[in-house]
Amino acid sequence: MTSSATVSGAGVGLREETHPSPPGPRRRLLQGKSTAVELSLVMTYLSIIVLIPLAAVVWRSQSDGLSGFFHAITTPEAASTLKLTIVSSVLVAAINMVMGTAIAWVLVRDKLPGRTLFDTLIDLPFALPTIVAGLALLTVYGPNSPLGVNLAYQRAGVVVALLFVTLPFVVRTVQPVLMELDTEMEQAAASLGARPATTFVRIILPNMFPAMAAGTALAFARSMSEFGSTVLISGNIPFKTQVASVHVYNQLESDNVTGAAAVSTVLLIVSLVVLVALDMLQRWAARRG
Amino acid sequence: MASQTAATVRRVGVRIGLRTVVLVYLTLLLVCPLALVLYKTFENGIGPVIDSLTTPSTQHAIQITLVVAFWAVVANTIFGVTAALLLVRHTFHGKRTLNALIDLPLAVSPVVVGLSLVLVYGRLTGVGKALAGIGINVIFSIPGMVMATIFVSIPLVVRAVAPVLEEIGDDQEQAAATLGAGPVQTFRRITLPSIRGALAYGVVLALARSLGEYGAVAVVSGRLVGRTQTLTLLVQERYQNFDQQTAYACAVLLVLTAVIALLVSRLLRPKELTS
Amino acid sequence: MEKGTLMGFKPTRRAAALVAAGLVSTLALAACASTDAPAASSSGSGGGKPVTLSLVAYSTPQAAYEKIIAAFQKTDAGRNVKFTQSYGASGDQSRAVAAGLPADFVEFSLETDMTRLVDAKMVDPSWNTDEYKGMVTDSVVSLVTRKGNPKHIKSFEDLAKPGVEVITPNPFSSGAARWNIMGAYGSQTQTGKSEAEATAFLAKVMSNVAVQDDSGRAALQTFTGGKGDVLVSYENEAIFAQQNGQDVDYVVPDNTLLIENPAAVTSTSKHPKEAKAFLDFVRSDEAQKIFAENGYRPVSKTADTAGQDFPTPSGLFTIQDLGGWDAVATKFFDADKGIVTDIERKLGVSVEK
Repeated sequence: MTSSATVSGAGVGLREETHPSPPGPRRRLLQGKSTAVELSLVMTYLSIIVLIPLAAVVWRSQSDGLSGFFHAITTPEAASTLKLTIVSSVLVAAINMVMGTAIAWVLVRDKLPGRTLFDTLIDLPFALPTIVAGLALLTVYGPNSPLGVNLAYQRAGVVVALLFVTLPFVVRTVQPVLMELDTEMEQAAASLGARPATTFVRIILPNMFPAMAAGTALAFARSMSEFGSTVLISGNIPFKTQVASVHVYNQLESDNVTGAAAVSTVLLIVSLVVLVALDMLQRWAARRG
Repeated sequence: MASQTAATVRRVGVRIGLRTVVLVYLTLLLVCPLALVLYKTFENGIGPVIDSLTTPSTQHAIQITLVVAFWAVVANTIFGVTAALLLVRHTFHGKRTLNALIDLPLAVSPVVVGLSLVLVYGRLTGVGKALAGIGINVIFSIPGMVMATIFVSIPLVVRAVAPVLEEIGDDQEQAAATLGAGPVQTFRRITLPSIRGALAYGVVLALARSLGEYGAVAVVSGRLVGRTQTLTLLVQERYQNFDQQTAYACAVLLVLTAVIALLVSRLLRPKELTS
Repeated sequence: MEKGTLMGFKPTRRAAALVAAGLVSTLALAACASTDAPAASSSGSGGGKPVTLSLVAYSTPQAAYEKIIAAFQKTDAGRNVKFTQSYGASGDQSRAVAAGLPADFVEFSLETDMTRLVDAKMVDPSWNTDEYKGMVTDSVVSLVTRKGNPKHIKSFEDLAKPGVEVITPNPFSSGAARWNIMGAYGSQTQTGKSEAEATAFLAKVMSNVAVQDDSGRAALQTFTGGKGDVLVSYENEAIFAQQNGQDVDYVVPDNTLLIENPAAVTSTSKHPKEAKAFLDFVRSDEAQKIFAENGYRPVSKTADTAGQDFPTPSGLFTIQDLGGWDAVATKFFDADKGIVTDIERKLGVSVEK
């Protein structure tokens, strides 16, 4: 009984920590040598493509000194846009935590008609180019909305666009956990007279929580960086609906590369902190459960 | 008896309620926009769509998109399997950091991806100039676009394969090792087949993401008409030139490719890996 | 029924595997195929060594250049010349060239994008010392309205009226927006108002701005998509929209700003002779007529305006009248102290909750 694929690091490497296998001498040798090779390959690849370029951005952000850095991130525009982005991302992450889990639940536990279709469609936000997503959302929820719902040019529009692009994350991390969850415990609890709500809170939720946390972290990280789909529906109004990545773009266009790099660095740091924090939360929860 | 019925009613009520909420959410957020894109594309019938897809600029864009996506997916697949093996089967200092670093590209805005690559590999920087000297143009050329695409899809294969690797454990591999199999043999004959399904899924996700990337590729592509214009860039340019027919047609092509690939990957998943 | 299989039939899995193999081999074939396909409309003909010029321009003249290039290749000077073309937002393109994008001939929407290349030693400082001051096309800041102009918009003053929704792009990402804003500002200072009054006027106009897209073209899309009462835009954009079937009218106010688009041959060009020949051709009557057909005002005094109606506003002023782009960019658009930055901040404080 195995899980189908996920897009999270939920519990990666945890098994070793909680069920360490006794290392034989041959295994240790094999591990030692190949660990070094694999690790250097992985780190080289990551460095060339991700780490060195990002380091260049961080480096550039302090080319006016630390005071220049702080100045760039504390201008009224930067402060406002950072606040809007972080608040929206937290909100979107929270909504995803609830709805993503609900969707995963319905897809796994409920014999929903058209389940396969929905299940496949969930991954769609990955494939849809951001401009198309933005256009589609604007048409459905903008001034010409066939549903009569106009969220464009307001913060609500930003949230809707972000919800769209982060849809797959929590669903895909929780789904495999739910699928392999042993129902014996739930049945035992039920036979002992526990109400479904209690069973859910005390047995299912703790098992799902690491996966939920992982997916939420990814959804948060993705929201922080989203650009294309929000620009159209948000109206991009400074101080009102302009997200941080658009602010970065504006700074670049105004030849303020240092300022752009500074705000980008802040976004990176926030995301890294959240990723690490939620990773630690997963481990703590997994160890307890 | 009555309390049991009440409990059942409550359970059914919860189930229906949950189903409704989820269906409404998915419809509003996913189905409506998608249906709209499809409607706008085929509004005037299938003829104009075929016309749009067979113009020279569209054909070039398709070819360039496939090339860039192919190499990005190949690179990330090799990386993904290696990294997954590393994270799951080995212990080392800094594993947690590596774990977070792998997810980091998700948090980087496409504008910054482009900027960061240009800062390091631009034709006028040290590295870029050196490479250009030996004839390798990175930025404003296909390799740069491949790098940008790799950047944004790095976590996908890793995260698809790692949980499965973890779940199935390494007992079989250990057994093979004691029977004298070398690491490459073990990998080819035991590890790889066991992660086949998850790998297919990860590859498809990476492919879908690579096909759909716009912002990062836009910056490093130089926007050379017919040479470095991917389908997403074409969508943007056509839309801005009031050629919505072509824009939507190309968008639907991208989406359709992704959906077909996703369906195929589901069907390919070996029965043993589904519960 | 097992998840992930279709009725458990093996043939379906085989079919799926075939489709997958097909997809993979298509990808592989495409990857191995040459991607050096020549761009459309790029080949010249005849004997002699073919030369490839790289043209990098902002986005709106794309349609015009495709025709101009074809016409150029019919002339003696252009017979052996092929082109690669790149179009995008003016600032993006300028920065790309500065970052190493090969370019022989460049045209931008805003002079500051050219100045960037002069500073990067890619364009000779004498680029604008000719009779045309380096420009190849003109336009004017105009006001685009719904068909029939239901709100009776005639001049910039109407933009400050309460209840009028104005669409103009974000001045920090769009060159077009800067033309627009200076047009609004200049319409006041050039008719006798003081700088303080003009600044206050600008603030009123900007408080009516409902959406700030990142580029001029995006703003046009927003407007044609149904948002706003009036779009401030280049006249050639308005004409372009009309030529593409959009239901819009446009007004050229009496007091408005002359838009001038700079072009140059780069000093890093490997084919300066051919590039200069192209630049000369772009200013020839033939090419200028093509520009006129696409809505641009020719700089050449003798060119045919191809039947377009290019009214001359009585109070036309230029950016030189307002101090020149270098001074204006600092005074109005500096990220910390610019007048427009200040206006946006004050607006933001009242708008931000």
